[in-house]
Amino acid sequence: MLRYALKRGLMAVLVAITVSVATFFLLDSAGDPAVAIAGPDAPRETIEQVRRQYGFDRPWPVRYTEWAAGVARGDLGQSFLRRQPVAELIATYAPVTIKLAFSALLVTILIAVPLGVAAALKPNSGVDRLALSAAVAAQALPSFWLGLVLIVVFAVTFPIFPVSGDDTWKHFVLPALVLGTTSVPAVMRLTRTGLLDVMASDYIRTARAKGFMGLQLILRHALRNALLPVVGVLAVQLGHKLGGSVITESVFALNGLGRLSLEAIVGSDIPTLQMLVFVFALTFVALTFLVDVLNAWLDPRIRLG
Amino acid sequence: MPVESSAAGITPWRAARRRMLRHQGFLIGVALLLAIAAMALAAPWLAPHDPYAQDLANRLVPPAWDAKGSWEHVFGTDHLGRDYLSRLMYGARISLLVGLGAASIGCVIGVTLGVAAGYFGGRIDQVVSYLLTCQLALPGLLLAMSLVFLIGPSVAVVIGIIGVLHWTYFLVVTRTVTMQIRELDYVTAARALGATRWQVISHEVLPNLANQIIVIFTLEVGVAIIAEASLSFLGVGVPAPNPSWGLLIAEGKNSMFFRPWLVVVPGLFLFALVIAINLMGDGLRDVTAPENRN
Repeated sequence: MLRYALKRGLMAVLVAITVSVATFFLLDSAGDPAVAIAGPDAPRETIEQVRRQYGFDRPWPVRYTEWAAGVARGDLGQSFLRRQPVAELIATYAPVTIKLAFSALLVTILIAVPLGVAAALKPNSGVDRLALSAAVAAQALPSFWLGLVLIVVFAVTFPIFPVSGDDTWKHFVLPALVLGTTSVPAVMRLTRTGLLDVMASDYIRTARAKGFMGLQLILRHALRNALLPVVGVLAVQLGHKLGGSVITESVFALNGLGRLSLEAIVGSDIPTLQMLVFVFALTFVALTFLVDVLNAWLDPRIRLG
Repeated sequence: MPVESSAAGITPWRAARRRMLRHQGFLIGVALLLAIAAMALAAPWLAPHDPYAQDLANRLVPPAWDAKGSWEHVFGTDHLGRDYLSRLMYGARISLLVGLGAASIGCVIGVTLGVAAGYFGGRIDQVVSYLLTCQLALPGLLLAMSLVFLIGPSVAVVIGIIGVLHWTYFLVVTRTVTMQIRELDYVTAARALGATRWQVISHEVLPNLANQIIVIFTLEVGVAIIAEASLSFLGVGVPAPNPSWGLLIAEGKNSMFFRPWLVVVPGLFLFALVIAINLMGDGLRDVTAPENRN
């Protein structure tokens, strides 16, 4: 078990390093930070001066090594735009995104799991068809548009929830609904197929023979096994939500990391952007690592196979 | 394909076509998609007005169903007095162009890597799987937004960036299926007959991957269309004055409390297009590879 975890951990570190090199290279070749700092209308000499002053004239591998050494020391760099340490910015904006991501995950679970169970209980029934159609529809729903429609409905027709800001829990209901809906189709389908597979297995037949029926059979015997892969997907979805909240935060004017990312993009604030992409990737890598280890612990076939 | 159908003189293609014509979701999807594609292609002849022509005296005219609306502008006009229906029609071109272009790029990258990994295995497979793990760890939307904006927003850049970031689904499926095909008797037979690696891949592997690739391609067109609309909505995608549906929604947002149709109508077009594509993709999968359902 420990060997498996160590192997996975080493892999995760390797992936994190590769990803940071790739994003550094991509962002560096796509934009010119000297132009961003000097301003788009600055004369050429000023831009060149800024380039030398900040050291952008040196090759990118050199600057990457500096950046990585800084991160290793705990120095996440300076924002060009805010003239503030990136670490401070991330610490200020992260709580809103974390709250949003977890409440969105809760919404996903509350909608997707019961729907998937209901669909799997009677395959090809009306409920099943309805659940599958809802998944197809949800997949085609652009989340920014869903957000705007909810704002119009709840601001004008039913003023129950506030439509922007992040002061109270009520502010998170609509954004969580929007961000949570995006994961419903995948999680619902997986719950449904997982449960269908389990219901066809021998031990469920045995449980049936012993007289277990209906909800008791599902809750006590089937669902536990069917939900194992779902937990893995939920972790992946949580990673996507943390890194993909930019649309929701923008629509509902939430001051989270997504908002900060958009500001950094439009302001060509490459140090902030680089760090944000890296933090999101790192979170994702850490989550998948945890899920891998958890699955291996629960299922010896994975770690020995 | 079951043996008895070919014994009855029914080719696999005929059997698939028969199943297509009985598949409700597929038929609805195809019909809706054809309607939107026709609207996009024929926009220069169908559109009642020039989609870029501003008419500041007729700004924010309500749609035809409103008491103050007129049939001159069926969906009204936008904040610069441009005819909304005409802009919506031309917008379909951007969505379809970006969807098809980006999915094609992703398809070439993903299928190449997937077939290479699945066919050769070993080191190549390890490298490709590592690439996949890295790509999946990246925050795709954020990276796409950053790259498009830093390079300079245009339709071509949006297509390129979305395409380059959307190949994982192609890779995962083609890799697995190629591994299965590689072990089949007809591949062994082709090898025994002296076929080169390239001949085996192009004559045996790729034709047998075609069904899966077409299904994934269709679904990825939908994904790319939503990605483009999202980027354009956030102001880091297709630039104004292009009539991208995402951009129309962003422009309509400012007056959506008083003129909700400016946001609702382009969103419904987007929803209809993507649901049509997804219904078609799901239908194609049911029809060509029913065993892959769920």
